[in-house]
Amino acid sequence: MHFGLTEEQELLQETVRGFVEGECPPTRLREIFDAGSGHDPALWKGLAEMGIAGLVVPEAEGGAGLEIVDLALVAEVLGDGAMPGPFLGHSLACAAIAFGGSAEQRSRWLPGLASGELVGSVAFAEEGDRWDPEDWTLALTAGALRGAKRHVPHAEIADLWVVGTRDAGLAVVERGAAGLRVEPVAGLDRTRALANLALDETPAEPLESGAAVSGRVRDVGLVLLAADAFGAAWRLTRMSVDYAKERRQFGQPIANFQAVKHQLADMATAVEPTRGLFWYAAHALDAIPDDAPRAAAIAKAHIGDRAAEIARAAVELHGGLGFTWECDVQMWFKRILFDRSFLGTPAHHRARRMGMGDL
Amino acid sequence: MDLSFGPEYDSFRAELRRFLEGWPLTGEEAKRTPAEQEQIFRRRGIEHGYVYRNIPTEYGGSGRPHDPIADQIIAEEYARTGAPGNKLDQGPGMLAPTLLEFGTEAQKKHFIPPTLEGSIQWCQGYSEPGSGSDLASIQTSARLDGDHWVINGQKIWTSNAVHADYMFGLFRTEPEASKHAGISYLIVDMKAPGIDVRPLKQMTGSMEFNEVFFDDVRTPAENIIGARGEGWAVSRATLKHERNLIGSPKLMGEQFALLIARARATLRNGRPAIEDPGIRDRIAEIEGYVRAVETTNLRMLSATVHGEELKAMLPMMMIKLYSTDVMQLIAKASYDLIGGDGLLEPHEERDGIYSTSGTVSGVVHNYMFSLGPAIAGGASNIQRNIIGERGLGLPRDPRPPSSS
Repeated sequence: MHFGLTEEQELLQETVRGFVEGECPPTRLREIFDAGSGHDPALWKGLAEMGIAGLVVPEAEGGAGLEIVDLALVAEVLGDGAMPGPFLGHSLACAAIAFGGSAEQRSRWLPGLASGELVGSVAFAEEGDRWDPEDWTLALTAGALRGAKRHVPHAEIADLWVVGTRDAGLAVVERGAAGLRVEPVAGLDRTRALANLALDETPAEPLESGAAVSGRVRDVGLVLLAADAFGAAWRLTRMSVDYAKERRQFGQPIANFQAVKHQLADMATAVEPTRGLFWYAAHALDAIPDDAPRAAAIAKAHIGDRAAEIARAAVELHGGLGFTWECDVQMWFKRILFDRSFLGTPAHHRARRMGMGDL
Repeated sequence: MDLSFGPEYDSFRAELRRFLEGWPLTGEEAKRTPAEQEQIFRRRGIEHGYVYRNIPTEYGGSGRPHDPIADQIIAEEYARTGAPGNKLDQGPGMLAPTLLEFGTEAQKKHFIPPTLEGSIQWCQGYSEPGSGSDLASIQTSARLDGDHWVINGQKIWTSNAVHADYMFGLFRTEPEASKHAGISYLIVDMKAPGIDVRPLKQMTGSMEFNEVFFDDVRTPAENIIGARGEGWAVSRATLKHERNLIGSPKLMGEQFALLIARARATLRNGRPAIEDPGIRDRIAEIEGYVRAVETTNLRMLSATVHGEELKAMLPMMMIKLYSTDVMQLIAKASYDLIGGDGLLEPHEERDGIYSTSGTVSGVVHNYMFSLGPAIAGGASNIQRNIIGERGLGLPRDPRPPSSS
C-alpha cells in the first residue's frame, strides 16, 4: 500500500518545477500574460525536450509511457507556475489518440505529438455549454464535419484537433483542412488561449474506437484541471502567506493579526486536504477504472470550487494591490477560473456524479 | 500508487473475518449479561492478537509489533461487524498509552490491566472554569503533605466523572514556578473524601459532562505520572491520543450514509428528496468533503506505513479542524431534510443515549451535538493558530509576559 509519490514522481515534479521557476518566473509570465498570446514556443519546446509532450504516449510510439498520475503531477506543477502553453489540450489529444486510435492512426500521429514536433488540441464544447461526449451534436457525414466548436484551447498554434462528434465519437482534423476556420476569442485566462472552430465540409478522420474512449478522455481532462487548480490555489495560498508577512499596517506585519492568520489557515485547510482527491482520481484512471468517472467528477467539482474561493480570498488578503492588474494574484485567479469552467462547471459535474447511481 | 494491502494482508483480513463470525456469541455464552458477553469476546480478541495490539502482554494487551495496516484492517472489520474490540474511551484510549509512555513499571502493572478489562473506569481532569483553550493557566492545586497530595479546586467538562473510579489530570503542584513548569500529572481516586461530582446538562438535553469539586482531597504521592512540574509534556501526549479519537473516519462514513438514506426516505413535493436538484447538489458537494477526508486519511496511513510522517505534517495538523467542519455540514444537511420535525425537542431513546442513528430525534440532537468536537480537544480557533503558526510559519500570537 502506498498512497504517496515515488522518488521518480518527486523527481519529475522537481524537474518540471525547476524548469518553470527558471524559464518562466513571474516576470516572464507577466510578459506573456500582457502580450495575450498564451504561448511561448521556447517554453513548450523546453517542456517537450523534457518528455512532457509525450508523457503518457506509449514508449513504442515515442512517448515516456507514464501513467495518468504522472501527468496529473505535472499539471499540478504547471498550475503552481501558471505556466502558459498548450499542455492541457495537447495532453488530451495524445490521450484520445493513444486510447482510441487504430495501430495505424497511433503510429501516424503519436510520435510527432510525443516529440513536440506536432501540437495537438481538443475541440469538445458546443453552443449551450455542452462539453460531454453524450451531448455532442456535430455530425461526421461522409468523412466531413459541418458545424462549430467553442472554447478550443491553443487552436491557433495546433497542428491537429481531436474533435468530439455525435454519438460520443472522436475525429481528427488536421491544420489546413478545407473549410476550417480558427476564430480566436479573447480568453479570461491569458496563459491558455482560446478559439472557436468553424467547420464547413471539413475532412476529418474518425478515431477507430473514439466512442469507447471519449468519456475516459474527458475524465483525464477533469483530473488535469483539478490538479492544475490545486497547484494554482496552493500557490495563491503561499503568496498570501508571504504577503501577510511583508505588508505592514499599524506598525507591524499584518500576519501578526489573528484575523489574517486565521483567514490564511482557513485557505490552507480548504486546499491541502483536497490533494488526495486528484491523486486518487488520477490513480483510479490508471488502476481502478470502475471508480474513475465518479472520482474525476468529484475532484474537478470540489477542487474547482475550493480553488475559486481561495482565489477570491487571495485578492482580499492583498488589499487594494490585489485588485490591480499589476498584482500577480490575478494571473492565478484567472487560471483557476479557466480550470473551474473548462469541461463544465462544478455544479454540472456534481449533477453527473449523482446520476452515477452508486450512492 | 497502490491502494491494495497485498496478499499477506488479504489473508490476514480473511482470518479476522472468520474470527468475527464468532460475534454475537451463541449457546451458553449468549445467556450471559451483555457486558459479560462483550468482556468474553474482547478477551478472545486479545488472545488472537486483534485487540490492544500496541499494549504489551504483561499489561493485558496482545503486544503485537507496530503495524498500521493491520490496525487499519482491524478497525475496519470491527466497525463493519459491530463486535466489541478496542475500547476507545478515556481509560484504554488515553490513559493507557500515556502510562506506557511516561508511567513507572509499578503504575503500568497496577493500572493498565484492570483498565483494559474495564474494571477501572477513568475520567480526564484538564479543563477548569477559567482554563479552557488556555489550559496551562489551571489553578486547581495539589500540595504535598507527607506521603499524600492534597487537592483543592474545580475541574469542568469532565466526561464520565459519575461512573469513573479514577481521574487522571493536571494540577498545580509548584505554585512558584512559571505557568507551564508548575503543573504535574496526577491520578486521583474518585471515591476519595472531599470529591463532589455535579452533572452538567448540555443544550442537547443530555448529560455527558460534569463539574468536579475538590475539597482537601488526598491522593498518594506516588500517583504522579512523569516528574513533578512535567505534567504539561505528559498532557500533550494524552491530547494527541484524544485528537486521534475525535477525527474518526468511521463515524463520518456512517453519518454520510445516514444522510443519503434520509434523502431517499424523505418526501419533497411528493417525490423522494434525493430527486430534488438542490438536494442532489448539496449531497454531492458534501461527498467532495467526505472523500477529501478519506483520501487525506489514506495519505496519513501511507505516510505512517512508510515512515514518511514529515510529508504528512500539514494534513495531520489540519484533519481535526477539517473533519469537525465536515461533520457539521452533514449534520446541518440532515437537519434541513427533516423540515418541520426540526421543531421537536430530542429525547432520550434509552438510558442516557440520545441516538444519532437516523431517527428524527437523533438528527435534531446531532445538529447540536456536532458542535461539540469543534470545541473539545482543542477548539477550532486554536487549531487555526496551530496551522497558521506551525504549518504556515506565521508569527505566534503575542502572549502577555505575566501569563507566560
